[in-house]
Amino acid sequence: MPSIRLFICACAFLALIAGQSANAQFGQPESGAVSALTIPQEKTIQIDTLNQLLKSGGEKPVILQVGSHVMFTQAHIPGALYAGPGSDAEGQHLLHMRVVNLQKNTMIVIYCGCCPWNRCPNVGPAYAHLMHMGFTNVKVLYIGNNFGADWVGKGYAVEKGE
Amino acid sequence: MPWRRASKVAAIAVVVACTFGVRAQQGVTGKPAPNFSRVALDGKTVRLGDYRGRVVLLNFWATWCAPCQAELPHFAKWQRKYGAQGLQVIAVSMDDAPAAPYALVRKIRPGYPVVMGDDALGTLYGGILGLPVTFLIARDGSVVERVEGETDLITLEMRVAKLLAR
Repeated sequence: MPSIRLFICACAFLALIAGQSANAQFGQPESGAVSALTIPQEKTIQIDTLNQLLKSGGEKPVILQVGSHVMFTQAHIPGALYAGPGSDAEGQHLLHMRVVNLQKNTMIVIYCGCCPWNRCPNVGPAYAHLMHMGFTNVKVLYIGNNFGADWVGKGYAVEKGE
Repeated sequence: MPWRRASKVAAIAVVVACTFGVRAQQGVTGKPAPNFSRVALDGKTVRLGDYRGRVVLLNFWATWCAPCQAELPHFAKWQRKYGAQGLQVIAVSMDDAPAAPYALVRKIRPGYPVVMGDDALGTLYGGILGLPVTFLIARDGSVVERVEGETDLITLEMRVAKLLAR
């Protein structure tokens, strides 16, 4: 019996080490478990509010698309930068590189719009990553359906290409 | 002077057209389905035009899209059920790289061709800016319907059956 207990403890320890090393590269939380529904409502920004902000003469936020590159090249918010899908390690690395030199109080707006809000795999992990990096002024654009229906379909301006 | 005014108007028109170009391209329903030719993940070439005479269910999807994953087994089932009656399912993966769709297709073997999409193909179909998106294409090659997002699969199957009966 003690040998079985020892074996179970060893397996648990190895699993813990493996999990930590997988996440240690960029120091981010496990992405799969972070749903968009975990983002506090006060940390979201509505489409109309963002558009008013972009039209105003004030300081513009850094806008990052954290979803599909194929969708980004078809259409994205003017001025937005592609930051990779938040749901995978490669995307989180690109996001990390996009923001690593920014002041921690920079206003950052992230968005995806690949799927309905409650099914989006990207914004939750991207938001969590930015929080983990210490950014204090991050907003997540609330896109209820998808970018096509809620932004392009409503006539808001877009840019194409890289 | 009128030509200067006309050129100004033309310049403004170009800017507006570029800005809202994606929106303006959104109407493929009721028109001939834009033709394309792509090498599928199994190495065979897929030309949409070759399926004239069949009802085509053209599904844009991605491996990271949860609602898309729910639809895949149904489309595979429909391909088996209605294939002899003239249904052809064609899937277009909007993943950024082929590795993930390739692995999934090898695993589930859907029984219909899967090609990789890109921004050009998305734009050709009016902008694929949210997934899933499914087009129903009639036997004459015209797009009958664009279905966006999670859909009622029972209703969609009825529409497919209706198109096959035409």
